[in-house]
Amino acid sequence: MANFSYTIYILLVPLLIFAIVGIWGGKWKPIISGLIGTFGIAFILVLSYYAAYQYFFVVNHVGHYKQIVAMNFLWLPFNKILNVHMGILLDPISAMMLIVVPTISLMSHWYSLGYMKGERGFARYYAFLSLFTFSMLGLVLSTDILQMFIFYELVGVSSYLLIGFYYQRPSAVAAAKKAFIVTRFADFGFLVGILVLVYYTHSFDFMQITDPHSPVFRTILGKAFLGYSVLAWALSLIFVGAAGKSAMFPFHIWLPDAMEGPTPVSALIHAATMVVAGVFTVARIFPIYVHYTPNVLLMIGYVGGFTSLFAALIAMTQFDIKRVLAYSTLSQIGYMMVGLGVSRYGGEEGLGYTAAMFHLFTHAMFKALLFLGAGSIIHAVHSNFMQKMGALRKYMPITHITFLVAALAISGIPPFAGFFSKDKILEAAFMHNRLLFWVEYITAGLTAFYIFRLYFKVFWWTDEPQCDCKPHESPSTMTIPLIILAILSSTVGFIPFNKFVTPDLKAFPVETDWGLVSASVAIGLLGLGFAWFLYRKENDLPDKIVNALGKLYQWTYDKFYIDEIYLFITKKILFNLVARPIAWFDRHIVDGFMVGVAIVTGKTAEKIKGFQSGHLQQYAFVFIASVLIIALTVLYFIGA
Amino acid sequence: MIQGIPITHILVVSVIMFFTGVMGFIIRQNLIAILLSIELMLNAVVMNFLVFNRYLFPHHLQGHFFGLFVIGVAAAEAALAIALILNVYRRFKHIDPDKLNEMKY
Repeated sequence: MANFSYTIYILLVPLLIFAIVGIWGGKWKPIISGLIGTFGIAFILVLSYYAAYQYFFVVNHVGHYKQIVAMNFLWLPFNKILNVHMGILLDPISAMMLIVVPTISLMSHWYSLGYMKGERGFARYYAFLSLFTFSMLGLVLSTDILQMFIFYELVGVSSYLLIGFYYQRPSAVAAAKKAFIVTRFADFGFLVGILVLVYYTHSFDFMQITDPHSPVFRTILGKAFLGYSVLAWALSLIFVGAAGKSAMFPFHIWLPDAMEGPTPVSALIHAATMVVAGVFTVARIFPIYVHYTPNVLLMIGYVGGFTSLFAALIAMTQFDIKRVLAYSTLSQIGYMMVGLGVSRYGGEEGLGYTAAMFHLFTHAMFKALLFLGAGSIIHAVHSNFMQKMGALRKYMPITHITFLVAALAISGIPPFAGFFSKDKILEAAFMHNRLLFWVEYITAGLTAFYIFRLYFKVFWWTDEPQCDCKPHESPSTMTIPLIILAILSSTVGFIPFNKFVTPDLKAFPVETDWGLVSASVAIGLLGLGFAWFLYRKENDLPDKIVNALGKLYQWTYDKFYIDEIYLFITKKILFNLVARPIAWFDRHIVDGFMVGVAIVTGKTAEKIKGFQSGHLQQYAFVFIASVLIIALTVLYFIGA
Repeated sequence: MIQGIPITHILVVSVIMFFTGVMGFIIRQNLIAILLSIELMLNAVVMNFLVFNRYLFPHHLQGHFFGLFVIGVAAAEAALAIALILNVYRRFKHIDPDKLNEMKY
């Protein structure tokens, strides 16, 4: 058994960097903070890779994995049986996240050296990035569901801080608040779910609550509440938390607004790592979902399927390139949820789970690449809107090629990464749920269309860019991460995930369904070809289609008015019917009582303050008169 | 017995002196006069001590000693009070206790 105790440094180093850069960073030259952050992440990248290598190849036989608790300590003892631990749990999915998180984090750190150059608050930015990396790694390595919740909140805070990085801009502040409140609201569901689960199982420990045959489930089975089993309630509530973090419908509204943050932050947090925390949570307790509450799992699949189609439709109409990518992220996370939703347990039946994790892995690479590429474009054009772009292929060759690689990867064109994972999800859906299969199949076509619409609008379309600027290739600190991610995006698809990451920790063989493969490539190519036909050269065909669609287009462009519905519910209903009366009660009854006490005291004091006249002789008179009265009274009653 | 004067006569004188002092303390508008009134009250008390000692316990001396103490304390107090009154006068240019009400609310 190898010693994994060094894994603690994977958590401690970013925390230390956060503290150091956060406290002293402002006094140094900005570049020093950046370099400390980047080299620190590079260091934990090496440690994480080594830990993952050891886990997958050295400690275990390939294909037969165990959960390993690298370290664990008692953090909060409630009583003899209920204790909260903090520690590091290694299993295939956390080892996989040990590759994803530091890789994307390092790329973002490196890229930001160029992208954020000269920004105010450069040191603050790196401190927050380190905080985020720490929180995300803590989340994926949790041994205990409450530890996971704590880190869930921590990633929420770092996301809030980074979305609101440009805090002078009111829209950024509003977006940060929105992201925090929406996810916090969903996290409340997560917390209640945890408490319900723990109330019956008496265990926070993942080793126990992810094992369906563990005795801790004896009491919870058979308990029912409002017609559903208590376990189903608990797991649904935990999914609410997961949906909030992963921006599933109807909690998706915060993610597009979160694009107010700096682009590398979007790449790291809102595309590759934090938003998949929900998927990771579901995957973490997947054995329980699949054993006891298959209906909840099916619901997760439907929510994911709906979100992926819905977001893909919106992505087709947006003009802000970062928003297109944000909706695309929603759509791809929907895919992962579908993968989990259609999965079963054991052997080949677990294909959906494996595919979802595989897609999480590849999506992290190519979506980070798309975002960083978008950042490079924005850096050159100084605008987010694709109307201002066009013909950039002539000016930004490296960005162009890497963006193309990522676009091909997300569209599912072989041999790029997205093809393999998406195809596996479709295969799993085809096996277990035809409805979800068709939804995802259509979404695959839409994905290829919207991403190539973006690609052609940005890099082709016109002969010259539409902005009053001189586009130029970005500096090498930005292009090298792009190239690395492009290489990863085109190669990681060949990793045989069915050997490494499976729900029952045992490898299973996969057979490729060639019919399905060709169908999924065909729909990808169809979407691509349609985008090529419409957007390769400037023409008025897209506008004609928009006019032909009329209202339908307008609805999609306005994101199906979900934000407006939220605003209506909060502003008109919650504020008027709940918040206002409560505020009135607070202001008039609670405050009124306190103010009343103060007023009565003041008035009384006003009346009796005349007694303290300051006249010495008056005091003496009162004193002597009182003594006399008392003396006479005493004499009268006692009798002299 | 001091030449056949009964104790009550002397005590009546003492009470009159004491209440004259109380009266003066309350109604006089001059700090010096108030000081004099205090002295009057003190002397009434001293007289009580002496009279009771002399009439009730002629072979003891405690009452006399108390009387002497009170006289000593009264002398010290008079010195202190006059010093205070002088300072009040320097500051306010008058010694009317009714107008010395800076410390009120």
